[in-house]
Amino acid sequence: MMRRRELVTQVSLFLPAFILLLVFMVTPFLMAIVLSFTNQRLIPGPVPTRFVGWQNYVMMLRDSQFWAGLKNNFVFVLVVVPLQSAFALALALLVNAKLRFTKFFRTLYFMPTVTTMVVVSVIWSFLYHPDGLVNRLLSSVSFGHWEAVDFLRNRSWAFPAIMFMSIWQGVGFQMLIFLAGLQEIPEFLYEAADVDGASPIRKFWHITLPGLRNTITFVLVSTTILAFRLFDQVMVMTAGGPQDATYTVMLHIYNTAFRRLNIGYASAMTIAFFLIVLAVSVAQRFVLWEEKEG
Amino acid sequence: MVNVINVCRRMKIRRVAGYTLLVIFGLFFLLPLLYMIASSLNPDEVSLLRNMSTPRAFIPSPVGIQNYIKVFNRMPFGRFMFNSVFIVSTTVLAGLLVNSMAAYSLARFSWRGRGTLVSFIVALMIIPFEAIAVPLLLLTNRFGWLNSYHVQIVPFIANPFYIYLFYQFFLKLPYALEEAALIDGAGWFGIYWRVALPLSKPVLSSVAILHFLTHWGSFLWPLMVTRGPEYRPLTVAMQVFFGGQYPRVWGEIMAFATMMTVPVLVLFAVLQGRFVASVARTGIK
Repeated sequence: MMRRRELVTQVSLFLPAFILLLVFMVTPFLMAIVLSFTNQRLIPGPVPTRFVGWQNYVMMLRDSQFWAGLKNNFVFVLVVVPLQSAFALALALLVNAKLRFTKFFRTLYFMPTVTTMVVVSVIWSFLYHPDGLVNRLLSSVSFGHWEAVDFLRNRSWAFPAIMFMSIWQGVGFQMLIFLAGLQEIPEFLYEAADVDGASPIRKFWHITLPGLRNTITFVLVSTTILAFRLFDQVMVMTAGGPQDATYTVMLHIYNTAFRRLNIGYASAMTIAFFLIVLAVSVAQRFVLWEEKEG
Repeated sequence: MVNVINVCRRMKIRRVAGYTLLVIFGLFFLLPLLYMIASSLNPDEVSLLRNMSTPRAFIPSPVGIQNYIKVFNRMPFGRFMFNSVFIVSTTVLAGLLVNSMAAYSLARFSWRGRGTLVSFIVALMIIPFEAIAVPLLLLTNRFGWLNSYHVQIVPFIANPFYIYLFYQFFLKLPYALEEAALIDGAGWFGIYWRVALPLSKPVLSSVAILHFLTHWGSFLWPLMVTRGPEYRPLTVAMQVFFGGQYPRVWGEIMAFATMMTVPVLVLFAVLQGRFVASVARTGIK
C-alpha cells in the first residue's frame, strides 16, 4: 500500500518541470497555430485582432521572400549536411587512429564549437575582408590567378562563404559523436579482418560504416534540423543580403515579427516551416531505416 | 624479408601522413582563433589593416592592451559579462534541479499516467525553439516580462531533452542504495537529494555543459526581448557593437570577441574530458 503522502512527493517532483513546459513550450506552440489564422500585431494597432482564415497561408504562397529564404535553407542543408558529416567522420577516424597527441588535436578541433556563432561570424567577417587572409591565401595557392572578392557583399560568394564558416564552426561536435560511435565498434572485428588480410578500405566499408549506422542516422537527422534553423550567422554577417542571396526563413520570420510587427503572418510561417522540417526529418529517418532493413 | 620491410615502410608512411593531417587540420581550426587574439592586441589600426593578410597578422606589432581599455570605455562591458554569466548560471542550476527531479519521478515511480508523460516529453523534443519564439514573445510580453533577466531565464529552465537524458541515466542506476535509505525511513525527496543526485555526477556534468553551451551562445531570443544595455547579454552586445560601428575598428571588435571567448575556451581546456563525454551522450539513443 502506498501512502498518500508518498504519492504526493513523487508527483510533486515532476510538477515544476511539467508546469514550465506547459507554460513556455506547449502554450506558445498552440498559440502559434491559433495566431497563424489571425491578423495579430505585435503592438495593438487601430485594427482589432480577428480571425482571417487561411489568409496568412495564402499570402505565404505569394511571398517571394519566403520562397527565396526557403530555397536558401534547402541549398544550405543539401550542401552543408553531407559535407559537414563526411568531414566530421574523417576527423573522427583521424583522431581515433593509433597515433600520439590525438587527444590534444581532438581538443583543437572542438574549439570552434565552444566559440559562440556570433563571435565566429565576426572573426570570419574579418577573414573574408576584400584585403583579408582568405583572399590572400587563395591568391597564393593559385599563383596570383585569384582576383580578390568582397565575399560577403558578392551575390554568388556570400552564401558559400557562410556555409564554409558554418562547417568550420560545427564540425567538431559531430566529430565527437562519431568518435563515440567508433569506440563502440568491437576491436575483435578489426583483428579478424587483419587475419584475413583485408585492406583498410575494405575494413572501412565492411566494418566501420555498418558499425556506425545508428550514429550516422543520428548525425544526419540532427545536423539537418540544426541547419534549417540558420539565423545567427546571416543576421550578423549579411542581414540576408546581398539581394536576398543569404536570406533564410528564420530571418524572414524575425523581420516579419519585428520590422513589420505582423505576428499573425510570422506565426503562419513558423508553423509551415516546422511542418516542412518535421517532414524532412521523418523522410530522412524513413530512408535511412529502409536501408538498414534492406 | 622484403615483405617485412615493405610493411614497415608502409606503416611509417601512414604514420607520417597521419601526423601531417592532424597538424594541418589543427592549424585550420586554431588559426582563426589565434588571429582574433593577435588582432586584439594590436592597438594600431593602420598597422593592423596593413598586415591583415600577411603572416605578420599573427605577431602584433605594436603590442598593447589599448583596444581592451577602449572597449571598456565605450560600453559597459562588465555589465554585459555579468548579464551573460548570471543568466546562464541561473538557468543551468535551476535546470539541473528541475529536470533531474522530473526525470527521477518518471524513472523511479509508477504513479498513474507516468508512461503517457514519458511519451509526452519525448514528443516535445521535436519542437525546436524557433517554432515557438514568436508566440513566446507575445506571451512573455503579456506577462510584462520584456527586457528583464527572468525572460531570458525562466522559459529555458525545463527542457525535454535534458529530462530525457536524466531519465535514461536513472533507469540504469542501481536501486539498492535508495532502497536502503527508504528502509531507514527517509522521505523520497531526501532520497533523491542525498542518495540519487550524488550518484549522478556524470549526467549532471553532461547536462550542465550542454545547457551552458547552448544558452551562452543564444542570440535570437535575447535579440528579441532586450532593449538597451541593462539586460543585454554578450552575444547581442557583440552584434550591436559590430553592426553599429562605421568605420569598423577591428582591433576593438577583436578585443571584445577575445574577452567573451577566451574564458570559455579556458574552461573547456580544463574540463575537456567532460565536454567530450557530454557530447558523446547526445548521440546515445
